[in-house]
Amino acid sequence: MSGMVIIGAGEAGTRAAFALREAGFTGSVTLVGTEPHLPYERPPLSKPLDGLVRMKAICSAEALSAAGIDYLYGISATQIDAARHNLLLGDGRTLSYDRLLLATGARPRRLTCPGAERALDFRTFADADAIFSRVMTGGTVVIIGGGLIGMELAAVLRGKDIGVHVIEMAPKPLGRAVPPRFSARLQARHEEEGVHFHLGQGLAGIGPDSVVLADGTVVPGDIVVSAIGVVPDIGIAEAAGLSVGNGILTDAYLRTSDPHIFAAGDCAAVAQPGGGHIRFESWCNARSQAETAAHNMAGAAETFGAIPWFWSDQYDLGLQVTGLPQPGHRSILRPLAQGELEFYLEDGRLVAAAGLGAGNSLAKEIKLAEMLIAAGINPDPADLADPAVNLKALLKSARAA
Amino acid sequence: MTWVPVCKFEDIEQEGAIRFDHGGRTYAIYRGPDDGIYCTAGLCTHEAIHLADGLVMDFEVECPKHSGAFDYRTGEALRLPACENLKTYPAEVVDGEVRVALG
Repeated sequence: MSGMVIIGAGEAGTRAAFALREAGFTGSVTLVGTEPHLPYERPPLSKPLDGLVRMKAICSAEALSAAGIDYLYGISATQIDAARHNLLLGDGRTLSYDRLLLATGARPRRLTCPGAERALDFRTFADADAIFSRVMTGGTVVIIGGGLIGMELAAVLRGKDIGVHVIEMAPKPLGRAVPPRFSARLQARHEEEGVHFHLGQGLAGIGPDSVVLADGTVVPGDIVVSAIGVVPDIGIAEAAGLSVGNGILTDAYLRTSDPHIFAAGDCAAVAQPGGGHIRFESWCNARSQAETAAHNMAGAAETFGAIPWFWSDQYDLGLQVTGLPQPGHRSILRPLAQGELEFYLEDGRLVAAAGLGAGNSLAKEIKLAEMLIAAGINPDPADLADPAVNLKALLKSARAA
Repeated sequence: MTWVPVCKFEDIEQEGAIRFDHGGRTYAIYRGPDDGIYCTAGLCTHEAIHLADGLVMDFEVECPKHSGAFDYRTGEALRLPACENLKTYPAEVVDGEVRVALG
């Protein structure tokens, strides 16, 4: 019997399996995952409690079976026969499908310098467990890559009184996804907490107890973690002849170049209204794309248009970003009691917002900003800058207009 | 049932929430758009996140981390990833003072 088959049991694949049921699909749903566990959430991996990495399951085995989801774990999908609607599995089985969802995710980009094999990745539960079971108080960890994952790890390690060096090729950390005002504040906070930055530096090599930079500087460390980003897992799609680029290319309905095959989450590069394809790597995106893909697999015709949103916790600071802030946007600062909010305008229209503050204190404002962005308004910059102007009132008047 | 004083009514903004810690537990106290006062357990049932940091719109509170949502009048989980309902507690205003029954 054929039905829905999902490759990848991360946040996107698992969410899609349940969303198919919520959409009323009653045929068979098969979820195939390579890792030997129940589907689990990745965000908690960088936040171990008492030194123990938590595995927070996305759902229980009972929930999977109650929803009639056939979960095949510890098994890789090896080949798609798109003409026959078949999927070949690593254990030799063949699954046939009416609709296939590729939620293959992404894998860590690997270093290429001499000694690269000494660096640990940080993506899966097994990776996190390998790192946190080896670190010890008084030791030193060298993190290669000053992106969100590297900086979250740095904050956790400093909280355990472990020495941290961060090596970044770019002139500053967090340059890719975080607006400059907040990346500078986070960098300053990391420096106050004793993190050593080596910026604008390439690697000459990784030795058994040190990392050597391109300029010859030797950075000693017991453990080296590579956090230089991820590459989308497109191999199976490419081999099947699907269109790929920086990800598996989809249209706005999250359909790949084969109308029976969909893609969602970290692996999917989705066509944008203005042209081109964009791939997002976030928990929230994985879930919302999974829902759209599942609905369309079950027969709906929804376009994916969720506004990107992510958060990052470092020390007691919470960063939240909604929309895609770009260097060319006009930025407007709103100081708040608990932190700072910045709005980003493009030709007068609100398109993005970011905030940094204590814990989750700015979450409300970011959520309101997201709704204001969705409302498509051209706000008065003076209103955005003035903390006394209530964003909820602004939203209500925008919706009433 | 023990009534515990919380704060003054005007200390909670309309369509807003505050966190209230008492007896080693944490609660969220809401003032609805109808100026009604409501009380729920303080932490989201999905992960231990303080709901009082979340956005209150109409009679919904949204978790500030994962966007799970609850009807704070009944505690009903309205949106994933929250699937377990929140516990609710009686709340009232007496002479301008908010109090909740936590016993």
